[in-house]
Formats: sequence, structure tokens, C-alpha cells
Amino acid sequence: MIRRRRRSTTRSGVPAWVVALAAIAVLFFALPVVGLVWRAPWSHAWAYLTEDSALTALRLSMVCSLWATLLSIIFGVPLAWLLARVQFVGRSAVRALCMMSMVLPPVVGGVALFFALGRRGIVGQYLDRWFDLRLPFTTAGVVIAQTFVAMPFLVVTVEAALRQLDTSFEDAARTLGASRWYTFRRVTLPAIGPALAAGSALAWARALGEFGATITFAGNFPGTTQTMPLAVYLALETNPEQAIVLALVMIAISFAVLVALRDRWFIRAGNESTRVQP
Amino acid sequence: MSLRADVQLRRGALDLSVDIEVRPGEVLALLGPNGAGKSTLLRCLAGLAAVDAGRIMIDSNAVDDPAVAAFVEPEGRSVGFVFQNYVLFEHMTIVENVAFGLRASGTPKARALATAHDWLKRVGLAELAAVRPKALSGGQAQRVALVRALATSPRVLLLDEPLAALDVGTRATVRRDLHRHLESFEGMAILVTHDPVDAYALADRVAILDAGRIVQIGTLAEVTARPRSRYVADLVGVNLVSGNVSEGVLATSSGARVVIADAPAGPSLAIIRPHSISLVRDHPEGSSARNVWAGTVAEIDRLGERARVSIDGLLPLTAEITVAALEAMQLRSGDDLFATVKATDIEVYPA
Repeated sequence: MIRRRRRSTTRSGVPAWVVALAAIAVLFFALPVVGLVWRAPWSHAWAYLTEDSALTALRLSMVCSLWATLLSIIFGVPLAWLLARVQFVGRSAVRALCMMSMVLPPVVGGVALFFALGRRGIVGQYLDRWFDLRLPFTTAGVVIAQTFVAMPFLVVTVEAALRQLDTSFEDAARTLGASRWYTFRRVTLPAIGPALAAGSALAWARALGEFGATITFAGNFPGTTQTMPLAVYLALETNPEQAIVLALVMIAISFAVLVALRDRWFIRAGNESTRVQP
Repeated sequence: MSLRADVQLRRGALDLSVDIEVRPGEVLALLGPNGAGKSTLLRCLAGLAAVDAGRIMIDSNAVDDPAVAAFVEPEGRSVGFVFQNYVLFEHMTIVENVAFGLRASGTPKARALATAHDWLKRVGLAELAAVRPKALSGGQAQRVALVRALATSPRVLLLDEPLAALDVGTRATVRRDLHRHLESFEGMAILVTHDPVDAYALADRVAILDAGRIVQIGTLAEVTARPRSRYVADLVGVNLVSGNVSEGVLATSSGARVVIADAPAGPSLAIIRPHSISLVRDHPEGSSARNVWAGTVAEIDRLGERARVSIDGLLPLTAEITVAALEAMQLRSGDDLFATVKATDIEVYPA
């Protein structure tokens, strides 16, 4: 086989410059992690991690992000179903509105939430007056802020899966005597299961990392609203070594989620959507 | 007690207007070209689409009657639907698929599975009960789809091209099985098909649906003896000519004249069978054939010992001659020739 000399290629035929650029991209993502690992105070790591403030923040992060994921599923799946299956006037506008927090700076989202649900907000004032319910600067406020930024990730994933799902499966179920709800539970949900799992995981990861909307809307109070990202930010000023340890914990969690996703759901979700019915 | 459907529906290019009745124990085959509205009609009957106007009655229940705003959801209609691609639920085993309808209507799990097993046994698939649909052959999947629909004991059974996705080898076997099940089915059955062989083997009556209208309905023999549409004429393989009869001549809208034996005046249809057409190179003189049409050979199809010659002209025709005759005449496409037919060989009936 004659190989052209002018362009160097690797043995598998991939152009070398593609490999080089891709390698730089990988380095770009790897270096910050390496930097943290390099500077981490390994001898004190366990002590920093098991400090009360760190454990409290970690626990709060877990509780709030799981609540946010649950709320995203409860409200996001019906929303995705509506966007995918029902044609109504202004559907594109509704979709854009619900996806906006994906592209909005989270701080802006937090400010907007504050003026909507704060004590003087258009809804918040009535929550306060009628139900004695105050959301800003509470743990519930953290959950609201996280749900606000996380739910779109679930909605887009599930909506795409619903769109790709062949509706004749649902038709078949209906003609076999299944109600809409039974059909959804027994036919639709299992079919979009991988996408729902992937969407939930993405939403959870986004909620876990939420910073801007949380600090704006819920503040930064240890024990009630100080989640891990906030704790990392605070620690950077008071105790940088602890910040590094907490940051590494978050990196480990994110990495674990993504690796699990890739193997279990992303690939399967991809296969299911491209699968052709016989 | 029957299925009576007066379906009026517009969807895009389709303008469906159909009135049919199917009696218990009867199988009606719906034949027609693509886009005629066959599948849409089935979806209306199943409740997967609503009619714009008309009324669908299953026995004494009006399941869709926009005049009184009545619409029964698919799950309340007692209609079984066998889809062309079977659409078996892939996350369930075969027996769970068959049990699905019973479970959906509240039958306890153990009883539903037992009934489903019995159904699978009846079609000889009991040993595949625990298998997923992906592992099935086309013929097996078709049988599972059928018993899944039958397991709910529907009053109406709708089959949308149930054999179309099968290869020729398995089709005959599955058709025989399907025939057996339809024979013992006591409700009303409608079968959509492209294949007249299916209609012949499985159906009691045939309805020809073309561009949203039923153009012909009756037994297959009745329908094919006197085709009323190009679709049926092509199916049977005859030339169908429509025109107006007066004084022993049928005149077509394109200006062709067909001399016929006695037939009443008025709008009529005529069948010219391909084998009754003779082809000659030169204009025949002193022939007993009363009809001589000039034309050009458009296409020649050889089928074993016979050849079908399509002729373009004032009266487009397909003639059937022997391959020996074809070779003796050395016919090629583009050749000019004359087609002759005796008036007594043309069958005429009122349009």
C-alpha cells in the first residue's frame, strides 16, 4: 500500500492534527483535576472531610439535590409528555420558557426567583401572608433554586425519548384495554426508562453543583442553605486546603455519575432511539 | 347485532367517506391502493382516531357519534387490533404480552398468565412463553400478536395487513393458521390487505376502497367478475374501459370507439381480456374482428410461455400473446401495430 507522505496519519488512519487538538482538549479538562490532586493536603484530608461543617454541607447537598431530582421527575415528566405528544398553540414558546434556565446565568435565575417567591415577591407575599411560608434563605429555598436549574435537563432528555418512541406501542396497549395511565406506566415508562434515568442523573448532577441561584435566593447559612459548592467557595477564603478536599469530593462524585451513565444509560438510550422496529 | 360504521373524515389529502356493515362471524377484507384510507378506517373503528361526522356502532353501542358528542376510548370498545409490524412489547416476555390485555382490565396476575399460556399453547408457541419478542421469527411474532388481541375476547377484530411483513415461505402457513382462528372467531372481523390471495383465503366479503370511497363490495368472485375500478382490473389482470354506449358502440372520453355486441345504452364499463386481443403489424383487411385500434408498443413483459404487451394509443391496452408469436413478429418497444378484438369477446355492463 502506498502511503502519501504529505499528510502524516496514525496507523488507524486518523489524521495526526485531529489527535493533537483532541489531546489538548483532554489536557485542558485533566489539568485542573491534576492541579487539585497535586495540591491536596493528603495527610489532613480525612480530618478536613469529617469536620462538622464539611459533613453538614455534604449532607445538605445530598438531601437538597435528591429532593430537586424528585421534584424534577414529578413535574418534568408530565411536562415532557405534553411537549412531546400534545400539539397546542404556543408550544415552542412554552418549551423555550421552560428551558431558559439552562442558558440563563444561575445568578439571574436566583434574582428572578427572589422577586417571584421572596417575601415581597408576586407569589411570595401571599405564601407569607396566607400560609406563613417563607422560601428565601431556607432549605426549601435551596431545593427550589436547584429544581429551577435542574429540571430542564430532565425535560429535554425525556421529551426527546418520547418523540422517538413509536406511538403504535401505546396504540396497541389502548386497543388491548389499557387506560391511558396503565399504558403510560406499563408501556411508555419502560420504553423511556433509560432516558428517564439519564435525565434524572443529569438533573441530579446539575442540582448537586448548583451555586449561583442558590446563593442568591437561599443565601449561605451553614446547616440550612450552605451546600457543598457554597462551602467550597467559602473555604477558599478561610481554609484553602479544605476547599481543595471538598472540591475533590465533588469531582469524584461527578466523575462516578458520568462513568456510570455512560455505561448503563447513555449508550442504551442511544441504541433504543436509533433502533428500527421490525 | 353487528358492526356498523358510517365514517366521514378528512385528514390532509385523504377524504374518507365510508359506510359499511359487518355481521357477527363475518370477515370483511378491505382491499385498495396505498393511501386509500384503509388504515385510517381501522384506526377510527378502534378509537385511535375520531370521525368528523357519521357514527360507529358496535352491536347496540354508539362508540363514536359526534352528533351527540359520544366517543368511547379504545380501551372501552372491545376491539382487538393486530398491527402490521405486530408491535409486541419488547420489555415483556411473550406470555406477558399475551396477558397484557387481561391484566389491563384487572384480571389477577396468576389467572391472566394462565389464560395467556393456554392461548400460546393453541398456536403452538407454549415453549416460547418466557422468551422476549426480539427472539421470535416473523411468523411467530404474527401469531403472538394475534393471540394477544384474541385473549381479550374482543367483539371486533381488526387486522392491518397481518401477513404483509412475512416472507413468502411462512406466509402460506401463517395464512392457514389465521384462517382457522378467523373461522372460530364469533365477532366481526375486518382485514386490510394488499393481496387478493389473503382476501380469497380469509374473507367472506371484499370491499374495494379507493381514494376514501368504497367503490365495490361483495364476494371476491362478484367483485373480480365485474371490476369497477382500475385497481381491481389491474388486480384481476384485465383491461377496463369506461365510456358511453350508444348504438352498439362504446365511446371513451379520449375518443376511442369500441364496437360491442348488444348492450343497453348509457354509461358503461367494458372488460377486454388480454388474451382475446390479437396483434398485427399491418392493418387487417376483411377480418371478422370488428375492432381495430392503432397503437405503439410501450413495454413487453415475458412471463414463461406468455408475453404481456402494453400498447399506448387512443385506447391503452395490455395484450397477452405467446412468446412464439412475439418472436415471429419480432416486436420491440416503439413498434407501431394494430390491436384487434372481436366485439363478442368484450363484456359490457352498466357503470
